[in-house]
Amino acid sequence: MDQSAKIADIHKSIVKEQAAQERKRLMLNAALLLLLLAAPFAIYPVFLMKILCFALFAVAFNLLFGFTGLLSFGHAAFLAAGGYTTGYLLSNYSGLSTELGIIAGTLAATFLGLGFALLSIRRQGIYFAMVTLALAQLVFFFFVQSEFTGGEDGMHGIPRGHLLGVIDLENNLSMYYFVLAVFIGCYLLVQRIVSSPYGQVLKAIKQNEPRAVSLGYNVDRYKVLAFVISAALAGLAGSMKSVVFQLASLNDAHWHMSGEVILMTLVGGMGTLLGPVIGATFVVNIEYHLSQGPLRDWVDPILGGVFVITVLAFRSGIVGEIQKFVRKNIG
Amino acid sequence: MSMIFGVPLAVLSGQLLIGIINGAFYALLSLGLAVIFGLLKIINFAHGAMYMLGAMVTVLMFNALGVSYWVALFMAPLLVGAFGVVIEYFLLRRIAGQDHIYSLLLTFGVALIIQGVLINWFGVSGLRYAMPDMFKGGINLGFMFMPYYRAWVIVAALLVCFGTWFVIEKTKLGAYLRAGTEDSQLMQGFGINVPLLISLTYGFGVALAAFAGVLAAPIYSVTPVMGSTTLIVVFAVVVIGGMGSIGGAIITGILMGVIEGLTKTFYPPASSAVIFLVMVLVLMFRPSGLFGKEA
Repeated sequence: MDQSAKIADIHKSIVKEQAAQERKRLMLNAALLLLLLAAPFAIYPVFLMKILCFALFAVAFNLLFGFTGLLSFGHAAFLAAGGYTTGYLLSNYSGLSTELGIIAGTLAATFLGLGFALLSIRRQGIYFAMVTLALAQLVFFFFVQSEFTGGEDGMHGIPRGHLLGVIDLENNLSMYYFVLAVFIGCYLLVQRIVSSPYGQVLKAIKQNEPRAVSLGYNVDRYKVLAFVISAALAGLAGSMKSVVFQLASLNDAHWHMSGEVILMTLVGGMGTLLGPVIGATFVVNIEYHLSQGPLRDWVDPILGGVFVITVLAFRSGIVGEIQKFVRKNIG
Repeated sequence: MSMIFGVPLAVLSGQLLIGIINGAFYALLSLGLAVIFGLLKIINFAHGAMYMLGAMVTVLMFNALGVSYWVALFMAPLLVGAFGVVIEYFLLRRIAGQDHIYSLLLTFGVALIIQGVLINWFGVSGLRYAMPDMFKGGINLGFMFMPYYRAWVIVAALLVCFGTWFVIEKTKLGAYLRAGTEDSQLMQGFGINVPLLISLTYGFGVALAAFAGVLAAPIYSVTPVMGSTTLIVVFAVVVIGGMGSIGGAIITGILMGVIEGLTKTFYPPASSAVIFLVMVLVLMFRPSGLFGKEA
């Protein structure tokens, strides 16, 4: 057999393997989709929507942290900006259809994200984390003192309204399928971004920024775009959250929330697609079950403990560790 | 009464004094951060919690054992510093070779634990700590009234800052520290016990935070959440100053306190935001920080 035939052979087997992997992933995704479609008949839909909103928030955060290597400690600002904007519009302009309110909230977070990005990428590493944290605190002060947010009281009774002016979202089931559709759309978008050439450059920046620079990539532009997309999706999560729960409060803007999304991503597995979703499910469940039991006052220290244990013992997170295990034992 | 820009001189100088005192706290805290960063290359997110611990320990030792302020001034930093060494030895050291982001997240988790546990024990409302007798009252400087304790805070903070600067820049131990910052592997090769040095450095940085906590106990309300908001401001101060130089950290801290005080006099609503706004300006026009050497 000559050289080129050999190469063609190898190529064929690689393609075959890739196709098999692709099939496996599709099947996994289909199973998950079925599960999510059936879930509201077994579990309270509002609880599921909470998980989906936080999952989207974590997916958005992971695009920046897990795939680009930028640790933002200020993502709560975008969640809150989306939530407050949507809440304000829907509360004050009755007749505005819900999706427009959500789009407006997402846009507000997008522009805020652009502002954050342009300032924070001027510093690297830990300074980046400190700058985003400080900027988010500035936004927090702004929300505390603004009239339209309701200050310490927050916004209550935000109407869910009608989707496209037709579908009544007061119905939990319609609301759930709307949130699910948005979530899946965003998940697929992030999947597409990560596997695109653009996503490859992001990974390159994460692994070795100086080399990416020397290869001629305008690293700052890539980082800013990743930041803005991440902020927009985080804002979208906040907007939907405010519609689902019909309230927006300062909790969403607090640094504590920025820490929580880091924890979700880390526990689930940073830099994996499914990780943040699993992590958000895990954290929301822990918080819920603890708040029902005798340990309800100990949620914070327990989350802190989860943080410490994850960092010490399994840094790749749940999904990352499973992937490692599968690779090692099943090959 | 003399006026400056429409503000009575006494009010202005009073706010300026408060500004300098806040600045002294910022300086102490950012100094500790800078010392830790120098050798460990991490940002200590538990720094606010350690500052809070310093204040809490002071109050609790007084309530339980009647330990006086002066003893607390040494005991609290010592205890908290020892606690820091334990954290370094059992937690931070285990992930020393990993990406620095992980150690940052670890300290964040530690801060959540400390703060959460103390909130459970003591609630979020403040504990009371009586002003030591000898500091009651003050002196009239003619243009303003200067409480003795506030004068003491400024003197004590400046002394400790200067002492730290002196030790790091002028002594043999400081030379080891600076060498470790440059190349800790090479230093290990020269037979210096680098892991011990790292533990002690973390303990010392944390002790500085606790010292600030003791100073704060009689004048601020002592609560488990007092550290977290302060820490975010200190981060902004650190971004403004850069962690390249010890002197820079001190000067920036005091400067930012003064700016905050002036803002409180002339435009109160912006006073909690002004340091962050300064940070934004610095990022726009001098991204590496006022005293920073690198980005």
